[in-house]
Amino acid sequence: MHAGTGMPGTPEDPTTSAPDADGTVVLGASDVARALTRIAHEIVERAKGAQDVVLLGIPTRGVTLAARLAERLAAIDPDFDPTRDVGELDVTMYRDDLRRQPTRAVGVTRLPAAGIEGKTVVLVDDVLYSGRTIRAALDAIGDLGRPRAVRLAALVDRGHRELPIRPDFVGKNLPTATSERVRVRLAEVDGEDAVLISGRSSGDAGEGRR
Amino acid sequence: MKHLLSTADLSRDEAIGVLDTAAQMAATQSREIKKLPTLRGRTVVNLFFEDSTRTRISFETAAKRLSADVINFSAKGSSVSKGESLKDTALTLHAMGADAVVVRHWASGAPAQLAHAGWLDAAILNAGDGTHMHPTQALLDAYTIRRHLAGPGAPRGGAGDEGVGADLAGIRVAIVGDVLHSRVARANVRLLHTLGAEVTLVSPPTLLPVGVHTWPCRTSYDLDATLAGWQPDAVMMLRVQRERMSGGSGAFFPSPLEYTRYFGLDARRLALLGDHAIVMHPGPMNRGLEISAEAADSDRAVIVEQVANGVAVRMAALYLLLSGTTEGISL
Repeated sequence: MHAGTGMPGTPEDPTTSAPDADGTVVLGASDVARALTRIAHEIVERAKGAQDVVLLGIPTRGVTLAARLAERLAAIDPDFDPTRDVGELDVTMYRDDLRRQPTRAVGVTRLPAAGIEGKTVVLVDDVLYSGRTIRAALDAIGDLGRPRAVRLAALVDRGHRELPIRPDFVGKNLPTATSERVRVRLAEVDGEDAVLISGRSSGDAGEGRR
Repeated sequence: MKHLLSTADLSRDEAIGVLDTAAQMAATQSREIKKLPTLRGRTVVNLFFEDSTRTRISFETAAKRLSADVINFSAKGSSVSKGESLKDTALTLHAMGADAVVVRHWASGAPAQLAHAGWLDAAILNAGDGTHMHPTQALLDAYTIRRHLAGPGAPRGGAGDEGVGADLAGIRVAIVGDVLHSRVARANVRLLHTLGAEVTLVSPPTLLPVGVHTWPCRTSYDLDATLAGWQPDAVMMLRVQRERMSGGSGAFFPSPLEYTRYFGLDARRLALLGDHAIVMHPGPMNRGLEISAEAADSDRAVIVEQVANGVAVRMAALYLLLSGTTEGISL
């Protein structure tokens, strides 16, 4: 797979950003798998083992990614239990754009039974963009306990941060224009593994979080 | 959804959406820090023209748990007792910048008037109007029934997943007592029917309203026959509303003792029910009149849980009405 569009700062070629429904594939299934395996190794390396690591996925695709990372962590370090040490964190009620968007359905928050107190929490999201979702997640974590550390893993970092937030583990840095739309498709939700980028035909800033 | 005025306005999907949101709100209420920042900076006015303790406190708790500012306005000892009209009260609240107004009024239709007269642009939540509707009570009752009886995991008797996403198809609910004066019964009949449950109203003929045959439910005058023969999954006892019965409690039935013998829930009647059946009461209870202490304190009774669920349901209602842009709200 090659990155078809979007050199940093370069307006993308209008011929490839035509009103195509699917967009250009920037990561295929094997790329996604390799990126997740590498992130899993980096998490273990950074935490010097996985015994105190808790993965929290941010719905919807972050939850799926967290489950996949959990399998890989368990394969690397048997101390990690992929059923025990994984949860999901819905940040809807902590968002700062609730009044600017149509009402969002509130999702499920499920923490490991042992909680997150004193653990190393790794937030897992699919696309890192403005950073506002992560800000909301940090606020949510603050109400749930006091982890020893919070780290951030994202499959794609597309830039355009609006807050001083940076990821610790990134699958792929993907320079984009704000008019472009980045979508992560996962087999469990969408039937295939791929990261797609589509042109400025639809959407503007504000889209592409999912 | 701009206002919550009547359960008759809710579609099946909307009602399930409210209940599912309530389930997530309830999950946050078991945390150490129960407060959420969701409605920070919004103002909720509790406008109560009628006495109420639990509904007002429940709404106040719900709004505060979502970080909204709460202003309590009760008719007693306020400008209303000096003769201020509903319109002028509404204009005052509008000038103060209320984002939502929770209304309890003795007149049926007062919340609808507030919502549609154009006096203020706040979201209106009906907290009980006359003998018309009490939508959040019906929603919390439906939520309680669903938690105990519905859901794909356990069709009867306590779903592990709190029944999220499920409706109440096939569940039998008996609503017993003073239907005539009860906005709780009216709100519940509509909502439970929308959610697919079957409802039987059990009441003395004098306490059934004219036109009850047009409601989507059955009626019965015989509590024992209904409990034993129809085997309801939930029994909802209504409060005998003596304050609405002009001429004392003798006007609608010969004596309180006779009412208790025919329509009161006691241990003997409780034994007629299946093991999974639950006993509900919207409160406040007249112990010894419509429900015996034995029935109210039995482990089948979910009356205290209804109160806790009320906060979650009202949080859900406030969240769904107050978050999001006013245009294009969808559940």
